[in-house]
Amino acid sequence: MSRPSKPGDPRKVSTELFTLTYGALVTQLIKDYEDEQEVNKQLEKMGYNIGIRLIEDFLARSNTGRCNDFRETAETIAKVGFRMFLNIAPVVTNWSPSGDTFSLLLDPNPLTEFVELPEDKYKLNYSNILCGVIRGALEMVQLEVQAWFVSDQLKGDSSTEMRVKFIRKLEDAVPAGED
Amino acid sequence: MNDEYIFEYLHMEMVDQFCNSSDSNDDINTAIKKLERLGFTVGQRYIEKSTKDIQRFKDELETMKFVCKEVWNVVYKKQIDNLRTNHHGVYNLHDYKFRLLEQMSHSNQYKEHAPKYLAFPCGFLRGALSGLGFDCVVTAEVTKMPACKFLIQIHHS
Repeated sequence: MSRPSKPGDPRKVSTELFTLTYGALVTQLIKDYEDEQEVNKQLEKMGYNIGIRLIEDFLARSNTGRCNDFRETAETIAKVGFRMFLNIAPVVTNWSPSGDTFSLLLDPNPLTEFVELPEDKYKLNYSNILCGVIRGALEMVQLEVQAWFVSDQLKGDSSTEMRVKFIRKLEDAVPAGED
Repeated sequence: MNDEYIFEYLHMEMVDQFCNSSDSNDDINTAIKKLERLGFTVGQRYIEKSTKDIQRFKDELETMKFVCKEVWNVVYKKQIDNLRTNHHGVYNLHDYKFRLLEQMSHSNQYKEHAPKYLAFPCGFLRGALSGLGFDCVVTAEVTKMPACKFLIQIHHS
């Protein structure tokens, strides 16, 4: 093309595309379900489905070996996983004394870049899809966890914090595609 | 690195979310309409962001070339392979290897499912063109997986 166009950094733009698409999706789900708790559930479910597929990609591309303990798992999720797919590296912090629960501080959070939450939507966990992704991905490597948001900058909190709790080691692989 | 893949994952899951909760044909059509509308919103917003620093396009054809090259490159990681027009507002965009169909079997087995995966891209294209000042209708057809054609009809007022 003859035009001296400057479409900007292509990587940045493709993250923006993701962010916009996710925003439109959340808006649609709110219209469809009209109940924020239900929207949270749906987002988590979608994330789970993404997680169980994304782990393959992750293992193939990252060349990370087996994690020796949950602390290493946490670091790998934050430093390798998030970096690979969302180009951020959340801080791992707030370990519980027993070492089975940790927090990820999402700052910045690319999902919420253009988002403002209306005041009446305080029950919505906008980024809940990420909880599902982590649960799904870890389930495929035989770790059952729970993940949930305890604070969100969208709601005026000072940080966006996700808790991840180790439940148990799975003995046998669970068939994929379970809802 | 790989943050571009995340869009594909999300899109795949969106199709699932809207289509698989429904069984009858009627619901599938509603789901497809919904995906198309979603695509439209995203396309419109996206184009607004990505064109804010570039100058106005000379004419319709140049706008279309921009869409086929730059926009396609960001969204689908390649350019449109073949662009045809009758110079009266009808454009035929042929992508020989459409990214959102690539993950599916290349046999005809799943061809009937293709419309679900093309609804969002059609909407996106319509939204992007609307943002660039062209009111149009976009349809898509699969010629042979994973190739597909987008047909754009621009309404001149």
